[in-house]
Amino acid sequence: MALRLPNAADLRAALIAAGLTTVLTIPILGIDITVVGINARLSSDLGAPLIAVAAVFVARLLHAPLAAALGGFGALRLLPSAERMAGYRRPVLLVLIAILLLWPFATSRGAVDIATLALIYVMLGLGLNIVVGFAGLLDLGYVAFYAVGAYSYALLTDYFGLSFWTCLPIAGLLAAAFGCALGFPVLRLRGDYLAIVTLGFGEIIRLLLNNLDSLTGGPDGIGNIPKPTLFGLEFNRRASEGYTPFHEFFGIPYDGGQKVIFLYLLAALLVLVTLYAINRLIRMPMGRAWEALREDEIAARSLGLNPTSIKLSAFTLGATFAGFAGCFFAARQGFINPESFTFIESAIVLAIVVLGGMGSQMGVILAAVALTVLPELARQFEEYRMLIFGLVMVLMMIWRPQGLLPARRVRVELP
Amino acid sequence: MAGLLEVEALGMRFGGLVAVDGVSLQVNSGEVVSIIGPNGAGKTTVFNCISGFYRPTSGQVRLQGELIAGLPSHRVARKGLVRTFQNVRLFRNMTVVENLLVAQHTRTDTNLFSGLLKLPRFRRLEAEALERAALWLRLVGLRELANREAGYLAYGQQRRLEIARCMVTGPRLLLLDEPAAGLNPRETAELDQLILQLRTEHGVSVLLIEHDMKLVMAISDRIVVIDHGRPLATGTPEQIRRDPAVIKAYLGEA
Repeated sequence: MALRLPNAADLRAALIAAGLTTVLTIPILGIDITVVGINARLSSDLGAPLIAVAAVFVARLLHAPLAAALGGFGALRLLPSAERMAGYRRPVLLVLIAILLLWPFATSRGAVDIATLALIYVMLGLGLNIVVGFAGLLDLGYVAFYAVGAYSYALLTDYFGLSFWTCLPIAGLLAAAFGCALGFPVLRLRGDYLAIVTLGFGEIIRLLLNNLDSLTGGPDGIGNIPKPTLFGLEFNRRASEGYTPFHEFFGIPYDGGQKVIFLYLLAALLVLVTLYAINRLIRMPMGRAWEALREDEIAARSLGLNPTSIKLSAFTLGATFAGFAGCFFAARQGFINPESFTFIESAIVLAIVVLGGMGSQMGVILAAVALTVLPELARQFEEYRMLIFGLVMVLMMIWRPQGLLPARRVRVELP
Repeated sequence: MAGLLEVEALGMRFGGLVAVDGVSLQVNSGEVVSIIGPNGAGKTTVFNCISGFYRPTSGQVRLQGELIAGLPSHRVARKGLVRTFQNVRLFRNMTVVENLLVAQHTRTDTNLFSGLLKLPRFRRLEAEALERAALWLRLVGLRELANREAGYLAYGQQRRLEIARCMVTGPRLLLLDEPAAGLNPRETAELDQLILQLRTEHGVSVLLIEHDMKLVMAISDRIVVIDHGRPLATGTPEQIRRDPAVIKAYLGEA
């Protein structure tokens, strides 16, 4: 592998990138605000920007020579290509499901807890993947439906004492209703416009929850949300009126871990149901219509496909899965407030879909796990989280713009 | 006799530009009617008005006596009027057979739950759709390429696939926008046969925009000539061939 020397064009690109970095970093990294008494004093520190500029300069200078030496970064086969994966699909899937189900019995309570969180994001990622990946509609307010699901359960159980299992389908339906109600007026917008309106909608829902004090408790949120039960068995040391605790029923000693494992398995079940449903959907006329509409809306219309109702179906179904995820989230946390449903959540779920590969379910799962587990593992780098996140995104753009595990279309074949 | 398609005094203006003005035509059941005219005469605009992609600014369009002007295009398609496009519009990343399955959307079981649970009705309609797709692929000679991605087909094959994709919807009237454009003489001759076969064996009427005069003269029952958005002449191929106004428009003044 012969590395050629950077030429004039590389140098120019590197200088431009370094210049841009200078402009961007000096105000952010180069100026310190120190508070002395009641005064804030500005002091400049050019060390950090200098390092950043130098790093960008070197990286940009070597980018083209490196790419040439490697035959393009796409040729770097650190991750398998979709074609090579195809043959192993079934065994890989079985192994993954086995790991999924055995995980809580082989690891610590903390690990199970993190895994449960990861599963919530898997569900959200898979749901948003319907909207963004399959139907090609950019939704930046996905968290709104997650919030609707969570508050559905919290409020219904708070006001009417309904159980988790009654509320789960209701939360899904309510989220779907919100998806439908929002989708109907805005789906005639395209691309960027749709993104902006959905972004606004996400914020509206959060602000409503924040300000409808009398109903939602406002910023104080709702607490004491009951955990799900297993056929009427509770996972508490002492059960509430009319319930039996799980450990008493089976005559085993109480262990706080039982609840954690139960919640994990419940999340795993929801994820498996979601996966099954989505795998059916993309093989159904509806899934084919999403793809057709994404490819050529005019041709689809000319064949009698109603673009509004088809987009609406994608939007509504995506919202439904967010509703389920939200309901489970509320049950797991036991406490929710609007802070859990800020725009950054939408951004993270969207990042999961893009990072994993739009339309790729395995990719979305991998990305969801990576984006929830890695920050937990790298707690000591907490401060650099966003920096690393940005860096990973830049590297992805260069190395694998189609996502970690690019989507492989499900094909209908005629023998 | 009431025609299958009746277009009356159709007008379409874009701001100050009058693209179509006072065009009338009729397609009876089992007929092949052609629209001809110089480039920019407004032929495709007429198509867009009939198929619901434009809302005509004046005039009326009736399909089997029912007013369809102004209906959205997917509703028009569901009434049995489907079209092809001047620049082929396939779902290029989907396979050939998938293109035909998408076209049968309204004929399959689109109910969410019957699909999720693979209920018998869903399976039966899916199987029927696949069968119908296979049948039409054989008829247009693309059976061997069924699992190929549509974008990889040769141009002539793409044109035939587009026609098959219209036919699986079970239309009464087929609108073909320059189906012979870009085809070689042999392919054009095959297309000629295919269109006649659609009419005689599958009971479809055809409204055609075409520049290939040999094809138009060979298969049309009647021809409508449009020039500068206005109707110039209507008649049988024989009448049109002799019409002085048509000759003047096409050959310029002698």
